Amino acid sequence: MTMEAFVYADGSVGFPGHHLGLDGEEPVDTINLSEYTATVVTWTTSTATPPGVRQPNHLAIVEFDLEDHEVDTPVRALGQLTTGDVESGDSVRPVYVDELRDPTVGIKAGSEQEWDGYRFEPISD
Amino acid sequence: MERVAIIGASMTQFGQREAWIRDLIAEAGKACLEDAGVDSSAVEHLYVSNMSSGEFEGQGGIMNMLAHDLGVLPAYSQRVDQTSSSGGAGIYAAWQSIASGASEMTLLVGGEKMTHKTTGEATDIIASITHPDEYKHGVTLPSFAGMTARHYLERFDAPRESLGKVAVKNHKNGVDNPHAQFRKEVDLETVLESPIVADPLRLYDFCPITDGSAALMFCPESVAREYTDDYAVVSGVAGATDTHVVHERPDPTVMNGVVESGKGAYEMSGHGPEDVDVAELHDMFTILEFLQMEGLGFAGHGEAWKRVEAGDTERTGPLPINTSGGLKSKGHPLGASGVAQGVEIYEQVVGEAGPRQVDADVGLCCNVGGFGNCVITTIMEAGQ
Repeated sequence: MTMEAFVYADGSVGFPGHHLGLDGEEPVDTINLSEYTATVVTWTTSTATPPGVRQPNHLAIVEFDLEDHEVDTPVRALGQLTTGDVESGDSVRPVYVDELRDPTVGIKAGSEQEWDGYRFEPISD
Repeated sequence: MERVAIIGASMTQFGQREAWIRDLIAEAGKACLEDAGVDSSAVEHLYVSNMSSGEFEGQGGIMNMLAHDLGVLPAYSQRVDQTSSSGGAGIYAAWQSIASGASEMTLLVGGEKMTHKTTGEATDIIASITHPDEYKHGVTLPSFAGMTARHYLERFDAPRESLGKVAVKNHKNGVDNPHAQFRKEVDLETVLESPIVADPLRLYDFCPITDGSAALMFCPESVAREYTDDYAVVSGVAGATDTHVVHERPDPTVMNGVVESGKGAYEMSGHGPEDVDVAELHDMFTILEFLQMEGLGFAGHGEAWKRVEAGDTERTGPLPINTSGGLKSKGHPLGASGVAQGVEIYEQVVGEAGPRQVDADVGLCCNVGGFGNCVITTIMEAGQ
């Protein structure tokens, strides 16, 4: 699995991708975000989690450092953290996980929803 | 185009109710017919705002059910779902039905039955509105609030206490609302020491899970005068949509749906933020009251907390916000909440708010769906 951001003709980049960009045009390229590091914009530890979700659930919005791409907009993602020991501004990297929550419970059980993805792991100095 | 009036309002007791969705919406609908003095045979359109009766109790077709239960057949009926802003979307739909000339008497009823589910189950139903790439991480609406609150506090150097003061204010206001789920004051220490739900936000930063229903009756202003001298006019209403994926917004502290729907409602009404005497904002989480105050022009970006600290938004302040107790104290039965906001503003501008009454000629309500995903802003004023 990759973590594909879509590149649109107007120079914007977004994750996850959409059928059409905000310019109304189809995407023209992709960038695999799993190959890049990111910075924590903000985070939370959620203690009241739904069925099938780990408790507590550490979550963050991160902003990717796409040093070899010229992008017009910040490229962000939301995802689980591997630990709650983080601060805003910390560097993290994506780490693949087979199953982010138990797919057999919850309101979307049995749906076509995919359950694997990437957590963000702090990078120690 | 003739102005659209509101001539009646009602809301049930909010809280943990034994009644299911059928009886909840019938209770509010019947009370609204009585309050407006309108015979059921006069109703031409019926809108039912509801987010998830299918998911919560396996009941679909509730607009048809209510039309039959209230004897308004053969009125056109429609369920309106726009997640947590279903009530506001219902106001917009009801306004459109009258403004277009399609109906001369429209009943709007919003309702939701939630408390029979566990907190986890209810949270999951609500979280199902998120993008699949967000949902699989176990994100919830409260966790969006936690992340946004942290970013806001860090970026604008706002004290954590300022969020707690929103909860304290709205609980204080709710004491005087006989329909509110919680009619109990809380102090700041209690708020700040309550259990963490989504760090840095705690239990008292969040609204409860609630059963309840509310209703409003709409008609052209010329028809309103046949029924009453005391009516409200919907002078502005507009809706807007922001990104489905929350982290794709350029600024995590700006809800563009609030900004754009506010602009539309102000432009239509001819009023600006300085003209608003009272507002009901969607305080599903305390941080949302800040973001809406800023998006609607009641405070500069990053400065809403200063107005809260100054006491400006207290009932006795220059801009009373959530005189009803807000979602925080009154409760948040999803599909009913936007309608209940309208009930409070209607009562304020026609002078029927009882002990909650403030000096209000112009009132505004802002109903937020998802985490700012869909937003409806409505401006009302007293009819003349």
